[in-house]
Amino acid sequence: MQLPAELKYTDTHEWLRQEGDGTVTVGITWHAQDRLGDLVYVENPVRGKAFRKGEECGVVESVKAAADIYAPISGEVVAVNDELTGSPEKINQEPYQAWMFKLKPSDPSELQTLLDAAAYQKLIEAESH
Amino acid sequence: MSTADLKRTPLFEEHRRANARMVDFAGWEMPVHYGSQIEEHHHVRRDAGIFDVSHMLVIDLEGEAAKEFLRGALANDVARLKLPGQALYSCLLNESGGVLDDLIVYGLSPERLRLVVNAATAQKDLAWLTALRDRFARAIEVRPRRDLAMIAIQGPAARARFWEVRKPARAATSALKTFEGVALAGQFVARTGYTGEDGFEVMSSADEIVALWRDLRGAGVAACGLGARDTLRLEAGMNLYGQDMDESVTPMESGLGWSVDLSSEREFVGRQALLASPPHNRLAGLLLLDKGVLRSHQLVRTGHGEGSVTSGGFSPTLGRSIALARVPLRVALGDGVEVHVRDKWLAAKVVKYPFARMGKILIELAPT
Repeated sequence: MQLPAELKYTDTHEWLRQEGDGTVTVGITWHAQDRLGDLVYVENPVRGKAFRKGEECGVVESVKAAADIYAPISGEVVAVNDELTGSPEKINQEPYQAWMFKLKPSDPSELQTLLDAAAYQKLIEAESH
Repeated sequence: MSTADLKRTPLFEEHRRANARMVDFAGWEMPVHYGSQIEEHHHVRRDAGIFDVSHMLVIDLEGEAAKEFLRGALANDVARLKLPGQALYSCLLNESGGVLDDLIVYGLSPERLRLVVNAATAQKDLAWLTALRDRFARAIEVRPRRDLAMIAIQGPAARARFWEVRKPARAATSALKTFEGVALAGQFVARTGYTGEDGFEVMSSADEIVALWRDLRGAGVAACGLGARDTLRLEAGMNLYGQDMDESVTPMESGLGWSVDLSSEREFVGRQALLASPPHNRLAGLLLLDKGVLRSHQLVRTGHGEGSVTSGGFSPTLGRSIALARVPLRVALGDGVEVHVRDKWLAAKVVKYPFARMGKILIELAPT
């Protein structure tokens, strides 16, 4: 259960990667896809739409359940991964490569509020007890 | 309930070693998948897969009056079982015509019939049959066979794979038609299943079943869990007790009227109630037209009133969401309906089911 150390995490099981150009890339964690099971639909946010930190911005649906995706920080959606429409199972297979969308942050200070790998690890350990 | 309280089948260690994701199913610790339930589903429709179904209960009824007894206890008529090994599907009803369980009954011999009942209702069924026996047919023995374990091997290649690892069984089992079984040296092999594909269900001692599982796995047959079992049976249009029917509904309201034999004067538990009250609703197949997944209990809005989804899910073979739903009687094939999915009303169509069987999609899929 690899938790990439360079990523940041939310307590709603999204991961975030800071890119060189100032944008951030967002996906869901191994733990999230493991709990959901095989994914069958991914509803990404629409390009150009802006979200506040913590706002519902998408949905993933699995054979078992549906789960909301929350914007880890405030920003505008600048890209979405269209590959996931036809192949949602990519998220199950490579959760840290199968990114969902990219944001242009409107308030970079919010990045400090995210969890690092160690803190996220503690969170999921606590959840399983 | 801690996992320490859950029952385990003889195949538990096999599942653990295969890294199965285990869940509590009717008080049993069972594998829901071994990695991907969608992959397992495809294996069964395209090739072959094996399922541990040892959680279900085999009940043998023995005695001269066993057949007569079951004619009075079951909604389908066991008089139809003419040759040894023939089987049929039946509901077990209460006095109000409500469904206590659904089961398969095999005629092993004129004085021995075998029932296979659901895990969740096993205790209830045993108590019910024993009480009926005490009232009507003292000389019959009602024997729960907890000594037996069971595997289902399902798929177009299932029978061939079974014969690969059990060559001596081929002669006796190759002529079996569907819904027929045969006893061979401690094993009972039947051409039945819950997937809509060809295959066998094999009942035997724990040791034999573990050996058979290992041999089939060794021959490369995919292990499949309850997740795939559920998507396969839903595609095949097969009911799940507890979801598609329960004691509060009759077989006619559950798409199972065909399994109730009213063609003779035969008295059976529930007959009077069924004849006295016609059904108010029926079970229909739904195909979701919008994106999303239909799930149990979602409200259905039709042109004739409201209904609800009994079993819903994503169909890997169709690549779409399908469901069985209890809807007002007048709802017809082709009707457009709306289903309340996650705070939105999504469009669905009433379709004939089964949705898919024998590797083929059976319904017309409109482009999304």
